[in-house]
Amino acid sequence: MSVDDLALQQVAMTRPEYERLLDLLDREPTEVELGMVGALWSEHCGYKHSRPLFKHFPSTGEYVLTKAGEENAGAIDLGDGWVAVFKMESHNHPSALEPYEGAATGVGGILRDIFAMGMRPVALLDSLRFGPLSDQRNRRLFRGVVEGIGGYGNCVGVPTVGGEVQMHPSYSGNPLVNAMAIGIGRREHLLSASARGVGNPLVLVGADTGVDGIHGATFASVELSEGSDAHRPAVQVGNPFLEKLLMEACCELAEQHKDWIEGLQDLGAAGLTSSAVEAASRAGTGIDIDVALVPRRAQHMTPYQVMLSESQERMLVIPKKEHLEDVLAHFRRWEIRADVIGTVTDDQMATIRDGDQVVARMPVGVLVDPPQYPPEGVRPADLDALQAEDLAAQPDLDPSEAGAALLRLLATENIASRRWIYRQFDHQVQNNTVVRPGGDAALIRIKDSTKGVAASTDCNGRMLALDPRTGAAMAVAEACRNVVATGAQPAALTDCLNFGNPEKPEVAWQMEEAILGLSAAARVLETPVISGNASLYNEAPDGPILPTPSIGVVGLIEDASRALTIAPAAGDTVVLLGAQVAQPASTLAGSEYQWTTQGRIAGMPRLDLDHELRVQRFVLDAHGRGLLTAAHDLSDGGLAVALAEMCFAADAGIDASDIAEGERLDAALFGEAPSRFLVGTSNARVLLDLAAGHGIPAVAVGVVGGDRLRLGPIDVALEDAAREWSEGLDRMLAEI
Amino acid sequence: MRATVVVFPGTWSDNDSVWALAQCGIEARKVWHRDEVSFAPDELVVLPGGYSYGDYLRTGAIARFSPIMEPVARHAEAGGLVIGICNGFQILCESGLLPGVLMRNGSLQFRCQDAYLAPVSQASPFTAHLDTSRAYMIPVSHGDGRYVADESTIAMLEDTGRVAFRYAEPDGRVTPDANPNGSVNNIAGILNERGNVLGMMPHPERACEPLLGGEDGNAIWRSVLESVGAKV
Repeated sequence: MSVDDLALQQVAMTRPEYERLLDLLDREPTEVELGMVGALWSEHCGYKHSRPLFKHFPSTGEYVLTKAGEENAGAIDLGDGWVAVFKMESHNHPSALEPYEGAATGVGGILRDIFAMGMRPVALLDSLRFGPLSDQRNRRLFRGVVEGIGGYGNCVGVPTVGGEVQMHPSYSGNPLVNAMAIGIGRREHLLSASARGVGNPLVLVGADTGVDGIHGATFASVELSEGSDAHRPAVQVGNPFLEKLLMEACCELAEQHKDWIEGLQDLGAAGLTSSAVEAASRAGTGIDIDVALVPRRAQHMTPYQVMLSESQERMLVIPKKEHLEDVLAHFRRWEIRADVIGTVTDDQMATIRDGDQVVARMPVGVLVDPPQYPPEGVRPADLDALQAEDLAAQPDLDPSEAGAALLRLLATENIASRRWIYRQFDHQVQNNTVVRPGGDAALIRIKDSTKGVAASTDCNGRMLALDPRTGAAMAVAEACRNVVATGAQPAALTDCLNFGNPEKPEVAWQMEEAILGLSAAARVLETPVISGNASLYNEAPDGPILPTPSIGVVGLIEDASRALTIAPAAGDTVVLLGAQVAQPASTLAGSEYQWTTQGRIAGMPRLDLDHELRVQRFVLDAHGRGLLTAAHDLSDGGLAVALAEMCFAADAGIDASDIAEGERLDAALFGEAPSRFLVGTSNARVLLDLAAGHGIPAVAVGVVGGDRLRLGPIDVALEDAAREWSEGLDRMLAEI
Repeated sequence: MRATVVVFPGTWSDNDSVWALAQCGIEARKVWHRDEVSFAPDELVVLPGGYSYGDYLRTGAIARFSPIMEPVARHAEAGGLVIGICNGFQILCESGLLPGVLMRNGSLQFRCQDAYLAPVSQASPFTAHLDTSRAYMIPVSHGDGRYVADESTIAMLEDTGRVAFRYAEPDGRVTPDANPNGSVNNIAGILNERGNVLGMMPHPERACEPLLGGEDGNAIWRSVLESVGAKV
């Protein structure tokens, strides 16, 4: 077979990569082989630009049970035999073309990663990015994605309990849709996605295989362009009803009949190819598949199409051969199709036949050994000047304008209440949701136990744009702070590394810096990276997206009934922990205030990780002593917005007019320095003394009550502020 | 008394229902929609929430043909207690055990939020012991919950005390703002003629513990217990 550039382009393979393949095979690949290698060597499956950086990640820790890369998702030990598995994954490019199905199948895919491990999915979160909602096209994508997440998640009966969304022009036309799922179960039910046991059958269960999604992995590994609409057939269509049946059947298999099977593996990107090959690679075995045995929903499909189809809602089960009939009957009872399509072999080869004819036969090792490209980054030339800008040179906010500034900020697309989104998601099904969406982290309890699990996703791409290393560390710190604000101890994290085209030196530099920052923070905050996903080539015509390594942190609380929300009670004192009220102008770097007042960002964000850890530990310690009634992390919009949000949650005002705002009013109110909490307490004296004893800055800012929101020179009616905040998104989305 | 929770393909409130019933001391079994079952005369049958058959074609339209719906209908005709929650309500309407139909929410969007229910009729075991002077906080979670029927049916339901609940403000006032889906007359739940079949869109099984935000939903199960005089 002579391979022209077009054929290589179709599988997103470069000429040198093709030559490497020739060397490894010592012959020319068949068409099916080229397709399989192209998919597995794509960035989406093979992580060829990102894997060289993964070595920086801390991967072990007190809670870690299954490390990153070992299985479909990482697992942590929650104690008493309980295990949590979790992972976040992107579905960006499909969502750009077909927002509903792109987002829906993103949810479906991440759920299969979880129940492939035998754990029951108990929570979903979504980290979303869009262009400004003032643009009709972005609103269309926003609505479609939200509807797609709800359409799938609501139907399968897994609560969507949290997430976050940020808007920035760099995401116009290239939205980010990162879905995270958490599964919880008993340790003895954990499954492996291994094709173990020579002679065991390979059983494909779930949906019939169609022509949808072919080259999806490849499509995810190139930039979107004018011609991207032609890839629409690469976007899969979801069937959440079938997913629900698959999920129940697989969880029941793990919980009641684990002894029947050797492995369970999902079919995701690159379909049957990656699923079977990865399972064989894990077990050190080979696989022999006959595509003629694969049930199809389209006629005249070629072996190439069958092997690369990304039809959704399919799983690969590897039963022990003596229990094959039991497994087939199990799926029949759940009204799910199950077919034997091949066997596990001992030759470490991936052999694909179409009836009598062998159409591909390659060493598994070649398929799972993509070339790796350590990034060759170049620091952007204009960054030094941007970071060095003296933010104090900007005029300060006039005290008489402070109230109006807060009201404006509360209604911005990045700060306004997310209720428009989460009321479309079933966030209660399964009867575990203790802390609902709308606060910092979500918290779900584990039935038959006192324990609970908190989770938060975070990343502020603006901070990374100014300094990727600090910004990525801030994302980890913020996700941990959110988890701590519910009273839970951060245990581990998952990430979804969204960047532009890694072949561009400036993007490569951002990636490496961000991963170094993420790793440093994960190490100090003791949240190892247990799973993740990279989504590169996120570029719109105007250039790359803001570097956006979305971070999902999961934490543990031993007694879920002691979970904290952001709502203090009337009469409580609100205390700022981690810093004084007064802040230098430099803390406005990358802030929502800077962005909305100037339409640009500048300056250098700062984070002291050791201080961050001390503050987080102090909050948990204080809560352990019963001193806290509420806790809220300070992030977008700074002190003023955080305080307002606590008042909205409490449905009560506050008098914090007597604060020491220092020399820069704008920075004190709206600066976004990290490592800060607002907490509610009914015992301010003891809390302040304890903080002093620990060397943690702490200042009582005011007492909850009344119907006005007073902070320094700000004095607005709570009702007015609440209206701006709660109706902000509704107003923007009221337009078509 | 015993309860049976029916599981259709796509049901997801089955475990929540079993859990909530247990909070009130009612033992419940789950049965698959193809299982051959018979119900004891004093058995409470629960058709729980979810997306039976993926809501394909129309909510509840396929589940009504499930084998188990025959014994369910017989149980209802014999005066046995049947409650359909959310998708279960939709199935009851599709199968003709209750009149009317559940249409797409007025907002055209899914809604998951707290709702307050004002009990209206006490002429059923489900509602006999509810306090009609207050509202019960019971969440909704549906995309197709707008109760609709022709004018004469609505008039009949209203005149014969078959409206079980209306969406209300926390203080019990029935207002347009309190209506999460645009249901006619804020109707959140209705009864059959004998009062032994209740269909309701809100999820009492989710309001079963203070830890989860409230336990007002338990009032319905307790009312059933008191009405049938069972020992807990």
